[in-house]
Amino acid sequence: MKCHHCDSQATVHLTQIINGQMHKMDLCEACAQEKGVTNPDNLSIGNLLDENPSKVDASTASMTCESCGTTHQDFKKGGRLGCEACYHVFRPVLEPLLDGMHAGVKHFGKVPSRSVKKKSDDDSEELLNKELKKAVEEENYEKAAKLRDRLKKLQAKSSASA
Amino acid sequence: MFHDLFFSKSKSKVPKPCPIALSTRVRLARNLSEFPFPGRAESGQKKAVLSKCMSALGKVKPLLSSTSVELDELSELDRQILVEKHLISLELSQSEESGGVVLSNDRACSVMVNEEDHLRIQVLANGLDFSKVWKLADSLDSGIESSLDYAFDSQLGFLTACPTNLGTGMRASVMMHLPGLVMSKNMDKVINAVNHLGIAVRGLFGEGSDASGSIFQISNQQTLGESESAILERLEMTLENIVHQERLAREKLSEDDGLRLTDKISRAVGSLKTSYLIQSSEAMDHLSLIRLAADFGYLPEKFRALADRMFIEVQPGHVQLSAGKPIEPGERDRLRAETLRKEFLRMPQLNLNAQVD
Ligand SMILES: [Zn+2]
Ligand SMILES: [Zn+2]
Repeated sequence: MKCHHCDSQATVHLTQIINGQMHKMDLCEACAQEKGVTNPDNLSIGNLLDENPSKVDASTASMTCESCGTTHQDFKKGGRLGCEACYHVFRPVLEPLLDGMHAGVKHFGKVPSRSVKKKSDDDSEELLNKELKKAVEEENYEKAAKLRDRLKKLQAKSSASA
Repeated sequence: MFHDLFFSKSKSKVPKPCPIALSTRVRLARNLSEFPFPGRAESGQKKAVLSKCMSALGKVKPLLSSTSVELDELSELDRQILVEKHLISLELSQSEESGGVVLSNDRACSVMVNEEDHLRIQVLANGLDFSKVWKLADSLDSGIESSLDYAFDSQLGFLTACPTNLGTGMRASVMMHLPGLVMSKNMDKVINAVNHLGIAVRGLFGEGSDASGSIFQISNQQTLGESESAILERLEMTLENIVHQERLAREKLSEDDGLRLTDKISRAVGSLKTSYLIQSSEAMDHLSLIRLAADFGYLPEKFRALADRMFIEVQPGHVQLSAGKPIEPGERDRLRAETLRKEFLRMPQLNLNAQVD
């Protein structure tokens, strides 16, 4: 396998799904290093989006986080956000990326006990239903099946505790 | 074929101290609520984060007997050693200011401060054991959180500098020794198959499908949208399948081409006993075969442990450390060969009639 950027032997293999499209990339060690993807802990989407044709429209190009100074350009280039507030500012550009990057767009894991309000189960059930509907509409049956399983589990849990 | 195997749930349980899996790691990314992430923080803010975190970490139970180090205090070589021992990341080792690490004295827990995120909580264990590692990481995290406010969003979970870590902030990984899949040229297939499941594979020592030493790190790519246990379950299922594939590959190799396999192992033994100059990648390939020979029963069990120890000892920083002074790469190769000759001098004849387990 050849490196995506030069002709060396590719030794780092990445698959990312961005905007519903699979992006496969095989990189050699040197190019991977240059793009900052040698450590799987620190995969950066920004770096990998060089050839992503989606153009920046004027409304998002000028986005800047008041609280830490990160600009949309910074985010595109480095793939990193600067602070908590960035997640509000860049929400519109982030959301479509998350959908493809992760198994879902809603957190289902641990909730820190100091975090103000624990999310209620009803809330997640409603959200799951919404996501399920969307997945079916998009004909993403693999995802739909997963969501259905999760809904079933959740309903079983709530009926058991009722 | 390969694909189906990765999708079907395997029923056979992997025996827990599984020699194919070297170690299990869970890493949690966390940030403090009121500070910018390290990449955007100013000098003063980073210092404040470091001291806040260090004092909180000292009070957490698993870290009561631990060593705290600020990176500024460490020499170049010390940092390299910690990286080679997988106790800190390369990124932290390059930190220019206010990087820190707290290591529990049993080396099971390590918490990095001011890496890409304010906190990187890591728990390590030998073999394949997600439930133990996750339990410890979870309790360590809860202990830390009892005195620090994390950046958290009910929709997006734990907020991290890189959106690829959002949600659980959890990266779980297992280091696997897969010489059978490498020798039978099936590693690319495995990488492709697991990539489709949102699982990443990479060579531990810098190279891909023919990584030196045939050691690979296999980890989840996705962190948001599923609970920690769902992520671990999927990863574990995939790992069990990889272990199964590796066993099949080994069986096939020894049945179809046993003589070649024996020849390879025997030459590795010879090289380790007789080399006068050896580079780390060559050394690792030989060590990998020693490990495989121990798995086959050709060599006593203790040689697996020796190979594992030497995988680390042959790394450049460790060789440098044993020299006690700065040395040239050529001198390093000489010293590495000398250490290996000494360690493997008394290696017994291969017991080729051993039962493969
Ligand atoms: Zn390249
Ligand atoms: Zn910001």
